[in-house]
Amino acid sequence: MASLSEIIRESQIWKSIFRHPMPVDRRNRVVVMLTNFFLHLHPVSIKKQGIALSFTWCMGGVTFFLFLVETITGVLLMFYYRPTLEWAFNDILALRDVTSMGILRELHRWGAHAMVITVWLHMYRVFLTGSYKPPREFNWVIGVVLLLLTLLLSFTGYLLPWDQLAIWAITVGSNMARATPFLGYEGPGNQLLNIDGIDMITNASDARFGLLGARFVGEETLNRFYVLHCVAIPLAAALLMAIHFWRIRKDGGISGPL
Amino acid sequence: MHSHVPYETFLHQIAGFLGSFYLVLAVMNAFAALVIWQSGRDKVLFRLPISKLPFTVSMAWLGVSIFFTILAPIAFSGRQDWMEIISLPQLLRSGVNRAMNPTIYSVGSMVLLLILFFLRKYVVQPPMAWGLLNLSALLMGMSLTDQNFAAIVTKPDNVPIVGLVFLLGFFTWLSAYQAVRNDDRLKQGLGPEEKLDDEKVLVWPDLVYTELICMVALTAFLIVWAIALQAPLEEPASSVKTPNPSKAPWYFLGLQEMLVYYDPWMAGVVLPSMVINGLMAIPYIDFNKKGNGYYTIDQRKFAYLTFQFGFLVLWVTLIVMGTFLRGPNWNFFGPYEIWDAHKVEALNNRDLSEFFWIDLPDLVGWGLSRPKAPEGSSEMMKVGYAIVRELPGILLVIGYLTILPPMLVVVSKFFRDMFIRMGFIRYMVLTNLLLMMMLLPLKMLARWTVNLKYVISMPEYMLNF
Repeated sequence: MASLSEIIRESQIWKSIFRHPMPVDRRNRVVVMLTNFFLHLHPVSIKKQGIALSFTWCMGGVTFFLFLVETITGVLLMFYYRPTLEWAFNDILALRDVTSMGILRELHRWGAHAMVITVWLHMYRVFLTGSYKPPREFNWVIGVVLLLLTLLLSFTGYLLPWDQLAIWAITVGSNMARATPFLGYEGPGNQLLNIDGIDMITNASDARFGLLGARFVGEETLNRFYVLHCVAIPLAAALLMAIHFWRIRKDGGISGPL
Repeated sequence: MHSHVPYETFLHQIAGFLGSFYLVLAVMNAFAALVIWQSGRDKVLFRLPISKLPFTVSMAWLGVSIFFTILAPIAFSGRQDWMEIISLPQLLRSGVNRAMNPTIYSVGSMVLLLILFFLRKYVVQPPMAWGLLNLSALLMGMSLTDQNFAAIVTKPDNVPIVGLVFLLGFFTWLSAYQAVRNDDRLKQGLGPEEKLDDEKVLVWPDLVYTELICMVALTAFLIVWAIALQAPLEEPASSVKTPNPSKAPWYFLGLQEMLVYYDPWMAGVVLPSMVINGLMAIPYIDFNKKGNGYYTIDQRKFAYLTFQFGFLVLWVTLIVMGTFLRGPNWNFFGPYEIWDAHKVEALNNRDLSEFFWIDLPDLVGWGLSRPKAPEGSSEMMKVGYAIVRELPGILLVIGYLTILPPMLVVVSKFFRDMFIRMGFIRYMVLTNLLLMMMLLPLKMLARWTVNLKYVISMPEYMLNF
């Protein structure tokens, strides 16, 4: 008698979803990697040493997984949060005190901290194994940009709770932009950018203003950072991640001694 | 500043965590003892007197485990008189507070890392590394009963940094351990250990299941973390109430620490951009073909040391200092010191041009004075005077970036070989990135030794360097 699971796996619905039989024998374990969308990122077979935990530390994968965690918890948080001076702080307060599943924000925040750390550890491992060397030079460069995007994601997200911790950390961090050479209101060389004695670089037109959308961290900044945090940077990061993973395959797979 | 509860209340608050912390350590050591005992590679350290029974390595770790098991209930008690036994002595704590300053901290961590590097053959041996882990955990536990230390370490947003320090310690050990073993093998003409196993395995199930287990474990870890520690939420934002200290997010605190030595345009814009550019340039300036795809130190010593100096010393230790040791007004505080907003630090830093135009003439008896544009002179004249005034610094910086690289080729065989193999442009990029990186430690040294404020000081054009 066929068991229930066999009946399910033989059904037309199941077969239409999964393009391959269960990967229980060697042939189907190869086929599954080639025919499943989520798995085709991987090669069919891989150097045994290359996936040893003591070698890779799994940190790149962990970082990607944390990005997914951040995406899911982030979308759920967006249901409860309005990026306006009136509501931002109160929505976070309500999220803690009123909303059920009260660890959503914790998951998102601790996941973000963890992601910054795992990105660093991933870079550390890639450097220490010399895996950036040819032919993987360009993938290292993409990795550095992804590292920067991770920091920017965390930085823009830091403002959203709109408490004292948030606005002052962003104020301190973004004050640096005020001192950008040539383009900052208090940076060296900004006096050179003037037309007929009228300064082009003022506190309402300099690099910091571009970042904050205002002369100080205010409602415009909150909106700007919200859009950057929820839409612009994640999209850019997702695109670069796709290239990053694709290049791993194209550049000779997971690194190992030549 | 921390708002402190009475000491007894504080001890009761920390007791549960500290007790569990010691219990975890006890379990870890018992597990280590079990693993060694079962591996059949247990070594006899010495024989007990009289009975002549052997005392083995696994028994030593079991002893450590028993030690932590005894500490646990003492910590759980939360009683002041008992907790004192498992605290660092007050005398030691105030000694550390008095001795600590940015100089001791930075030079100390640098020296410590150098010692670890030179003794790496011994330090990476698992018993040694395990012992160091136990010691640092014990030090951490005995410090946590200090209210000032606990207040700063257990601040929710600082917890990840404690984790970072231990994770970095672990992974630095793990990589160095494999590198030392590989270097031994390479010396004997054998390939790296990573090459021993050339076998290929199917991704399903070998990798796919590893990934699944990783995901499940990480999810569990995040959920436990999220339940145990609430995300911080302070008072609603107010643009008129400036907290003291005002700190950037923790991963930027190394940059904020640089503000002590450089103006924002350098510390916040130029140097961070150089860090990003320098990281991107690494694959193109590292011409060493060895060490591709396996752990090694000997085969790429220069690359290894440069990276570790940049990452561990200049990035991580500065973040740790910025987070844990910088208090109100960005003053330095010892790890067990109370954050007193009224602490005053004397600032008597001087610019290079003051040394050159004021101190030096006094010393040798020249009749020089610091150039100053006369009243009512034109803009161009003022710029000219400022440039003459700051000429020593300007020449120094230009010379540093342009004369030093070729000079290194002349005086050092190491850099000469590098120049020959890299060609002019790549060599100049490499040396300029290195020199840019060294700007921070050099300025630190100049500040600590001769109180140098700026090499080039043109506040009228916001160009202080």
